[in-house]
Amino acid sequence: MSLKNDLTLGLLKENPVLRLMIGLCPVLAVSNNAINALGMSLAVAFVLILSNFVVAAIRKVVPDDIRIPIFIIVISTFVTIIDYTMQAFTPELYAALGVFVPLIVVNCIILGRAEAFAYRAPVLNSVLDGVGMSLGFGLALVTIGVVRELLGSGSLFGWQLFNGAAAATIMILPPGAFITIGLLMAGLNKLENKVL
Amino acid sequence: MELFGIFFAAFLINNILLIRFLALCSFFGVSTKLSTSVGMSSAVIFVMTISSAVSWVIYHAVLFPFHLEFLRTAVFILTIASLVQLEELYLKKMLPALYRAMGIYLPLITTNCAILAVAFLAIDYRFGFLQSLIYSLGVSSGYSLAIILFAYIRERMLLAPIPKWFQGYPIAFITAAFMSLAFLGFTNMFNL
Repeated sequence: MSLKNDLTLGLLKENPVLRLMIGLCPVLAVSNNAINALGMSLAVAFVLILSNFVVAAIRKVVPDDIRIPIFIIVISTFVTIIDYTMQAFTPELYAALGVFVPLIVVNCIILGRAEAFAYRAPVLNSVLDGVGMSLGFGLALVTIGVVRELLGSGSLFGWQLFNGAAAATIMILPPGAFITIGLLMAGLNKLENKVL
Repeated sequence: MELFGIFFAAFLINNILLIRFLALCSFFGVSTKLSTSVGMSSAVIFVMTISSAVSWVIYHAVLFPFHLEFLRTAVFILTIASLVQLEELYLKKMLPALYRAMGIYLPLITTNCAILAVAFLAIDYRFGFLQSLIYSLGVSSGYSLAIILFAYIRERMLLAPIPKWFQGYPIAFITAAFMSLAFLGFTNMFNL
């Protein structure tokens, strides 16, 4: 029961992006097409799950006073690994995501979960929490990416669906990101009002 | 002329909040009141200028000559975190009036991704020391401009009749979309 709860918490109820409003910068910046959004979600998932795992594993030997710098070193280790891996194996994606890959280190979701969850919970729960939170983050990011790519360039994951000239270019420009996420949140609010 | 271009490109054309999408947590978090957004802006200008100067020196004097570039993520974040602590101590002792104005915003700045991003970008763009200083001044002025304008609008919006499910964050995002649209108009200014 508790394990299942740890896994599903991040999906909707405490969705990091749409509910807790953290980790917003990459969501807006790299959601101009679905492939970038998916790549960013995977990079964040890698760092979040592994840093939750390590923080939970070492939580008993970490002195309370200096836990934050230690978390940051753990997180930045994994960020450096994914940074160099992507640079080597997916150079195109890396160029598209730009400075947002090294900036995963200051993504509030990761330090937030390390401090609020992994530091206090066993390894298995922490890994599941990392998986759930990554899924919630990815869900929000890919949804926004799909909407923006479809409306802004008429394609989906790179497949051209209709004539790009008929698409609203504004959706893949910066204002489109703000509009999409604003409407998505308003829709979610309305949906919740109806259900409750 | 080149420095002028760097400043204005960072200030308006690539506005850090509305076009580059950095530091958005603080953009939505502290912009509900004008006074808090002014405090946050002054703290950002102060910290960003100093930390970009220090991280430039560390990268070019230590990391680059010793081929330790792969450590830059860890080194920069730790540098910025400890620098913020030092600046807080210094302000508290030497300039108490300024400390009272921006004191509570200083610790928040460690997690402000714009500070770290400017340190990375100044290296990616291969800026010299003076250029990176001007660049960080431009970025932080752009941050202040956007967040103060946004706070003005949000204060006015308190009086507006907004549909129930748009209240709070959704309408703030829609407002930001229109501001971003306005900033998009600066593209191609000065042919940069």
